[in-house]
Amino acid sequence: MNVAGHYSYWVTIFLMVAGLYIVIARGNLVKKLIGLGIFQTSVYLLYIAPGKLIGGTAPVLADSFKIYSNPLPHVLILTAIVVGVATLALGLALVVRIREAYDSIEEDEILEKDRGEEDPR
Amino acid sequence: MVLLTMMAVLTAAIVVQRNLFAVVVFASIYSFLMATVLVALDAVDVAMTEASVGAGMSTVLLLGALYLTRGDEVKPLRRPLVPLVVAIVIGAALVSGTLGLPAFSDPQAPIHIHVVPRYLAESLRETGVPNVVTSVLASYRGYDTLGETIVVFTAGAGVIALLRRRRREDPRR
Repeated sequence: MNVAGHYSYWVTIFLMVAGLYIVIARGNLVKKLIGLGIFQTSVYLLYIAPGKLIGGTAPVLADSFKIYSNPLPHVLILTAIVVGVATLALGLALVVRIREAYDSIEEDEILEKDRGEEDPR
Repeated sequence: MVLLTMMAVLTAAIVVQRNLFAVVVFASIYSFLMATVLVALDAVDVAMTEASVGAGMSTVLLLGALYLTRGDEVKPLRRPLVPLVVAIVIGAALVSGTLGLPAFSDPQAPIHIHVVPRYLAESLRETGVPNVVTSVLASYRGYDTLGETIVVFTAGAGVIALLRRRRREDPRR
């Protein structure tokens, strides 16, 4: 095992764990969604980084090149990016609705209001 | 390697920063850095998509949501220790898992000797498209793209359904 050979994995894992930490620890819903986005982008790195070949070029076929980086992860991640922005849009729409129903986007305040409504019964 | 370190530092800044507007700007910078890293990793198509969708559209969506929710400051944490421990434990488990993975840019890694040599050798003859990413996306894995379109359509329908109801209840907007 050498440090340079595994550095990209470790940065990927740091990004993933940081995203996870934001999702668990922060109560603000918009911040949670940004944390989810960081988690997602770390997965892009996880897929793309192993596909790189040093000395290779982007996978567009031409006679003057012999070594190409791996195109298959690129295809999968293209799909993931577009799906990611779609889910982000849906999440933000939910946050806007929650803010209108509860007048807050802080998780603990929302839970408190829920409890307050249930107690009188 | 330098770029990756920059990304890690920026992520730490996003975690610490409490002003939501600053977090959104950081997230946009983060996406551009990610696009630069992807160019360095030869993933030019992905980098273009990330720069336009990740840094452009996501930022616009986030700013729009910030405007609608008027959120600015995130409250300080009450119990920061439990999530931190969970995150560190998961991170340590994943790092110990990477020790068994092939090193960066190892040409004998399984990812490089399975399926892909066939794409690189045959796709120009079979599809006539020199960009292998395009030919795999549109021909060999066309059903993936169909599924993606269905997901995007569903999300769009969901957003419209959520925000439309709001307009009916609140005639001011």
